[in-house]
Amino acid sequence: MRTLLGGVTLAGLVGGLVMGLGIAPREMTQGNVQRIMYLHVPSVWVAYLAFAVVLVASIVYLVRRAEAADRLAHASAEVGVLFTGLTIATGSIWGKPTWGTWWTWDARLTTVSILFVMYLGYLLLRGMIDDRERGARFAAVLGIVAAFNIPLVHFSVLWWRTLHQPPSLMKPGPTMPGIIVAALLVNFAAFTLLYVYFVSRRTRVLRLEAEAEA
Amino acid sequence: MLLFVFQFALGPDRERLAGTLPGLLWLGFILSGLLGLGRTFLVERENDCWEGLLLAPGDKSAIYVGKLVGNILLMLVIETILLVLFGFFFNLDLASALPGLAVVIALGTVAFAAVGTLFAAMTAQVRARELLFPVLLLPVEAPVLLATVKATEAVLLGETLGSVAHWLKLLAAADVVYVAVGVLTFDFVMEG
Repeated sequence: MRTLLGGVTLAGLVGGLVMGLGIAPREMTQGNVQRIMYLHVPSVWVAYLAFAVVLVASIVYLVRRAEAADRLAHASAEVGVLFTGLTIATGSIWGKPTWGTWWTWDARLTTVSILFVMYLGYLLLRGMIDDRERGARFAAVLGIVAAFNIPLVHFSVLWWRTLHQPPSLMKPGPTMPGIIVAALLVNFAAFTLLYVYFVSRRTRVLRLEAEAEA
Repeated sequence: MLLFVFQFALGPDRERLAGTLPGLLWLGFILSGLLGLGRTFLVERENDCWEGLLLAPGDKSAIYVGKLVGNILLMLVIETILLVLFGFFFNLDLASALPGLAVVIALGTVAFAAVGTLFAAMTAQVRARELLFPVLLLPVEAPVLLATVKATEAVLLGETLGSVAHWLKLLAAADVVYVAVGVLTFDFVMEG
């Protein structure tokens, strides 16, 4: 089952890359640089998805005390931090030729980097606590606080300043040719599968670790 | 001491000082707040009252609210002292800005202390707590700091509170969310 999921994910990623880098037309003003969007936008989607899963799994853990929920939260947070990092990296690579700088204190860049640091702290807290049950409880509390904080971070930084283009997918009216949308959607699906695959692998490792210790 | 460092870093240029003052003021509040908040539960740890707290009948959230109120009061006292010192050393006209400033500081302090008290209870039970506490707290407080610094800046420039209403709403929302989450999750922090 897991191998099958891995295979499908791999096929989806390859397909998404071919569509994004090969088939989709070159963007008029930005040129080939724009193609990094096919990695950047799905990455940030996965990051937010992962943090949402952390929230739900944390609440479930505190209510039910199911260790599986704790492992899910742990794995999801790790994958989320990874993809937040990927988002920042791909965004930087895109920003250098387009905005002329690796980094700027734009609203969304700031928001995403605050999330990155926040969830790094979450993983750090987990690493610092030896007692498994206590670590799970504290991490769940932190996971809930961090998730409720995301909207606050979002709006505060938005009012502070913004330079980032508004999201291009949900805008009404046909702004992008169908093939670009299709390539983006394939990548969305592939990245989501990749997230599920990573998390299922990671939860398995965590479960085996717990069993080995017990 | 902090005040001296700020003065050294910025030099005698009054214009630049005025521009950076709100940030510096909150930097001072945060540093003093971190020191105070981080020690919230240390007394209980050191003299073994922790078990007493755990055994206490009734809702654990009462402990949270008590510690929170204590922390808020403590921070407000320190902030008042710092504010007076800032006004004295940097020759600020605090009197006219005071009502607005008080609102901003009160809202910001509640938000800061609400998460700080919750996290202090967690990190009190963890090794390397001095390291972990600010690492956890500061990123979470990022929106609060942003809002307070912006609102303080506006108030010090003599603008009305109405012009920063959106920041105040954000702070109020943060206060409500943080205190609610703190009250609801504190039970789980105090279990063992």
